[in-house]
Amino acid sequence: MATKHSRMSARLMISPAVLLLLGWMLIPLSMTLYFSFLRYNLLMPGMEEFTGLTNYRYFLTDPAFFAALWNTIALVLGVLAVTVVGGILLALLLDQPFFGQGIVRILVIAPFFVMPTVSALVWKNMFMNPVNGLFAHAAKALGLQPFDFLSSAPLASIIGIVSWQWLPFATLILLTALQSLDQEQLEASEMDGAPWIKRFWYIMLPHLARSITVVILIQTIFLLSVFAEILVTTNGGPGTASTNLTYLIYMQSLLQFDVGGGSAGGVVAIILANIVAIFLMRMIGKNLDA
Amino acid sequence: MGRITLDKVRKAFGDVEVIPPLDLTIEDGEFVVFVGPSGCGKSTLLRLIAGLEDVSDGQIRIDRQDATNLPPAKRGLAMVFQSYALYPHMSVRKNIAFPMKMAGLSQEEQERRIEAAAKALNLTDYLDRKPGQLSGGQRQRVAIGRAIVREPAAFLFDEPLSNLDAALRVGMRLEISELHKRLATTMVYVTHDQVEAMTMADKIVVLRAGHIEQVGSPLELYNTPRNVFVAGFIGSPKMNLITGPEAEKHGATTIGIRPEHLEVSTGSGEWKGVIGVSEHLGSDTFFHVNIEGFGEPLTVRASGEVSLTYGDTIWLTPNASNLHRFDAEGLRIAD
Repeated sequence: MATKHSRMSARLMISPAVLLLLGWMLIPLSMTLYFSFLRYNLLMPGMEEFTGLTNYRYFLTDPAFFAALWNTIALVLGVLAVTVVGGILLALLLDQPFFGQGIVRILVIAPFFVMPTVSALVWKNMFMNPVNGLFAHAAKALGLQPFDFLSSAPLASIIGIVSWQWLPFATLILLTALQSLDQEQLEASEMDGAPWIKRFWYIMLPHLARSITVVILIQTIFLLSVFAEILVTTNGGPGTASTNLTYLIYMQSLLQFDVGGGSAGGVVAIILANIVAIFLMRMIGKNLDA
Repeated sequence: MGRITLDKVRKAFGDVEVIPPLDLTIEDGEFVVFVGPSGCGKSTLLRLIAGLEDVSDGQIRIDRQDATNLPPAKRGLAMVFQSYALYPHMSVRKNIAFPMKMAGLSQEEQERRIEAAAKALNLTDYLDRKPGQLSGGQRQRVAIGRAIVREPAAFLFDEPLSNLDAALRVGMRLEISELHKRLATTMVYVTHDQVEAMTMADKIVVLRAGHIEQVGSPLELYNTPRNVFVAGFIGSPKMNLITGPEAEKHGATTIGIRPEHLEVSTGSGEWKGVIGVSEHLGSDTFFHVNIEGFGEPLTVRASGEVSLTYGDTIWLTPNASNLHRFDAEGLRIAD
């Protein structure tokens, strides 16, 4: 039991960490906020001046903003759909007893340890390249026209690459959840006359609900900020076909040297991310209680 | 109708033979208890009947029909699991309805049977709760309710009371017995608790290492155990088993005498001993008596309150007609 004294010292000892974290968060945040109200272009140093909400007006009326917003949503939802559905299927598969189970499980986890830039490069050059890529070779072997993934379907291709990276994570979490399911429940439902598909629907899926929630929450946070894959493969193009919010802010501040505009975009992204977080917590965070 | 016949049923996991070929008939309407120490294969045997494990060899017939390779759902049996195996995300009502929903029964029929089962099991007030909000005994009743509504040919119970506290266990034991009387359906019940076996069974099957040691009514097993194992396993407290010269006097390798068949006297008797631990239960008193020349202390029952305590000298006389004699193989020597 904590006495008054020990609580005091606990607070005292935890305070450096709390202060460090606060500083870590607050300083960049307030600087971003400050910059977003300035006319601040790196090509014109020393000419910063207060411009009010001009940066926000320009950013929010930019046609690229709506394209980026839509792309961000499509990217998040697309990857979530692929990883949750694929993760469940893979978890079901890996839960079966088969020869070499341990090795296969490690292999399945492996993509998660590959850096985003590296995996994007591998996908771009070795798989999706319309001349040398594996898919092109496969298409040619079948007598088909090779498909130029990154220019014809840039967003879908990036969704594919990011899904490949996150599938292991979803699989891992869902597999452990599946293994924690009481075998007697499955046997009981088998005795109750439920065929496999109904056992899956009525017993396994409800059991997985909580883990699926965790997967969706964690992945959404990371998927909102996908960047490296886009930079390496399509550079947001063609046009803005594969630009998401993160990439748009990068373009604004570092390719157009408009720090003010970029900061305004950053603040907008923070607000949007928080809206998403609130909705997610409200809608599915309930699953985490009880 | 629920007559279950096992014909040379054998089960092996890899090279390990868990159940050597075994024959057993369970008559329709019988309450059969499989009892034995843990790891004796009694649960495996039940799972073989249920169809949750595949039979390695032999044949299982339910109502004269070969059920050896039928999937569990097609056998018309219902099972109550040790952990109850309720579906945690479904209400009690939905749990009970689940097997009927799978069988495609009409909504009205489902409702009717749920109401009937709930009434029989005192669950009416809890139908809309989740299993997590119920006590152990209530969960147990839900599991039984889920089994009843299927109107199975036979019920299978896999140590259903082992997760309950002692008082609740006695209550549930009665309820299950009453249920059996009312439904008159075959019930197969697995337990390691010989008291449960004795109180509930029409027929007890004593198992050891996959072998059937003896099959019989509770009193048959109590009065004429076929071998030393059954003698030691059935009855509470355990039968006293005595080996050595004292047994040879009766022309046996081992003799057995139950605590309740020893006469206690402070004056004279056949065996003289000193009281060790005594257990006072009010109605009975059990003494652990150390007798010179006997390897283990004997347990003795004295009715009511007896004013003997630790260190007192006591004389014991075995009731000759209740003395069990066993030969070198441990088999009963007929009187």
